[in-house]
Amino acid sequence: MKTTAEHDTGVDQGRRRWLAQLGLMSGATLLAPGIHLLAIPPAEGAADGTKRWGMLIDATRCDPNCQLCVTACHEENGLPPATDAQAVRWIRKVTLREERSNHQVSLPMMCLHCAHPPCRDVCPTGATFKRKDGVVLVDRHLCIGCRYCVMACPYKARNFVYGPVTTQKNEVPRGMGCAEGCTLCVHRIDRGKLPACVERCPNQALLFGDLNDPTSPIRRRMAEIGARALRPELRLDPAVRVHGV
Amino acid sequence: MAKSMIALNHYAHAVRFWQLMGVWLLLIAGAAAAFFSLEHFGHAITGMTNHIVWGFPHVIAIFLIVAASGVLNVASIASVFGRTDYKPYAPLSAWMSIALLIGGLAVLVLDLGKPDRLTVAMTHFNWTSMFAWNVFLYTGLLALAVVYLWTMYDKRVSGWSSAAGIAVFLWRLVLTSGTGLIFGFLVGREGYGTALLAPAFLALSFAWGWALFLLAQEGVSRWAGEPSAMLDEALFTRARQLFAVFLAAALYFVVIYHLTNLYFERNAAFSRFLLFAGGEFTFLFWIGYLLLGALLPLWLVLGMGDRASVRWAALLTVFGGIAFLYAFIIGGQAWPLQPFVGYEVLSSGFDDGQVAIYQPHWPEVLLALGGIGVSGLLITLAVRVWPFVPVRT
Repeated sequence: MKTTAEHDTGVDQGRRRWLAQLGLMSGATLLAPGIHLLAIPPAEGAADGTKRWGMLIDATRCDPNCQLCVTACHEENGLPPATDAQAVRWIRKVTLREERSNHQVSLPMMCLHCAHPPCRDVCPTGATFKRKDGVVLVDRHLCIGCRYCVMACPYKARNFVYGPVTTQKNEVPRGMGCAEGCTLCVHRIDRGKLPACVERCPNQALLFGDLNDPTSPIRRRMAEIGARALRPELRLDPAVRVHGV
Repeated sequence: MAKSMIALNHYAHAVRFWQLMGVWLLLIAGAAAAFFSLEHFGHAITGMTNHIVWGFPHVIAIFLIVAASGVLNVASIASVFGRTDYKPYAPLSAWMSIALLIGGLAVLVLDLGKPDRLTVAMTHFNWTSMFAWNVFLYTGLLALAVVYLWTMYDKRVSGWSSAAGIAVFLWRLVLTSGTGLIFGFLVGREGYGTALLAPAFLALSFAWGWALFLLAQEGVSRWAGEPSAMLDEALFTRARQLFAVFLAAALYFVVIYHLTNLYFERNAAFSRFLLFAGGEFTFLFWIGYLLLGALLPLWLVLGMGDRASVRWAALLTVFGGIAFLYAFIIGGQAWPLQPFVGYEVLSSGFDDGQVAIYQPHWPEVLLALGGIGVSGLLITLAVRVWPFVPVRT
């Protein structure tokens, strides 16, 4: 019931209250980003911080006509065949020609698991993270699908999942609308196995190991034949290094 | 200019109001259809690819967000720089900022691969990410603009109007710098990766926001049927001159940006591509932005100077802004990444070394138009209930 005074002034108090409540709700929604409701620690897992997993790609041993590393990756990680520009490619083969010498070389390319990954730096939610052992991964529960990481990676190693996922494997979580890339077969290396591409390569063009251990085969091989970072001027310190490019 | 009136008066302009609402609701319905289709089928139904992951929705969203900052210029000139004759126009300026920002953000959020995880974006922050900072910058601007509007309308807090105006002014300088730095902080791509994009986006925001304000101000004055609500001759002349300054400043930064790229050999290939060999991107830059969106408006504003010419200049500036962003955002991604410097790519399983192709599909177009619909709807609603039209007494 309106009071006489309210009738006199023509003020609808009910409407005022409703508007005030609406304002309060809008304000609360607006301020919500500033309130930290949950604090989930980064999913670093049980990775061993004394190690830094890395890979040496010896392009001088890579056969330009061989695609076995790509096939192995797709089989291991349940990736569909890459048929169009929307398909995901965790690993790809490239053949290059040096502009002055005309020297041709072939090599596989994947996520280089940088020590200072731009994809992690730009990720708004922290979905992209680096494990203690240097492996760069995406937490599929935190990824909102903004694709900023795809924009940031200088190596074209990040992908966005455009369509429904139908070939998913239990050990390799994937999802439509999320970003993803090479995991260095983290589910295998945590059990002491080699990444699928390394295991499948018939020419030993790929060597996997601990970059922190000077006595490891990968470090000894790098010392022997030399290895460098792609785009070294960016100083991202990638864990996947190349020889022959 | 003590009084102000409601432009779309409930009794006098009901038909016009609902016609406008109909247009905006139609655009929003289209965006809803696009959004639910994306939810169901994924982004596979868009023209975006793993080469070009930010498409047409991002072009429109970023245009709206950048313009949202610039449109506040009118309010800032009144509160921060003490030009009281702009003051009656400040409420419309502040509300347009809110409306454009919400429209732009709506597009960005609805285009996410996982829009249902918006709460994740609001509860998990990675402080090295410009996006995470922008979550605060955008919501902060909304909050400050609301407070600013409050100080304009409520006499009890009107003493705080100047302080609120200064806070909004400073905030939006940081916000638009932050939007430019979304691209400026990308190290891997030749077209981006320069802090010059922060001031460049600021200058562009001034021009785009000013253009949108001039159009809206003229629109609401006409709807109100109140000839005295139009900017008077002295104010119009100043607004026109400021428009020219903003257009010229934006053009200056765009020129400097490309000159910097061309001077640094490591970035020169990208600017050569965009300026001379980029197909539709080259066309959009030279004809869309430079000729129609910058030089022609400058000539219309400075050379012609009458109200009709300035209106055309404002329309062309908006069009040119979208053309500029399309060439910059899509063109910047179409230009291939260069992981193998010094090598030519003979073959690649992922089209390395190839210029990527992008053709927006219907979901992207509808989603982008929906952002314009949301902004338009919010402005129209406010124009009907708030006295945005100053009346000279």
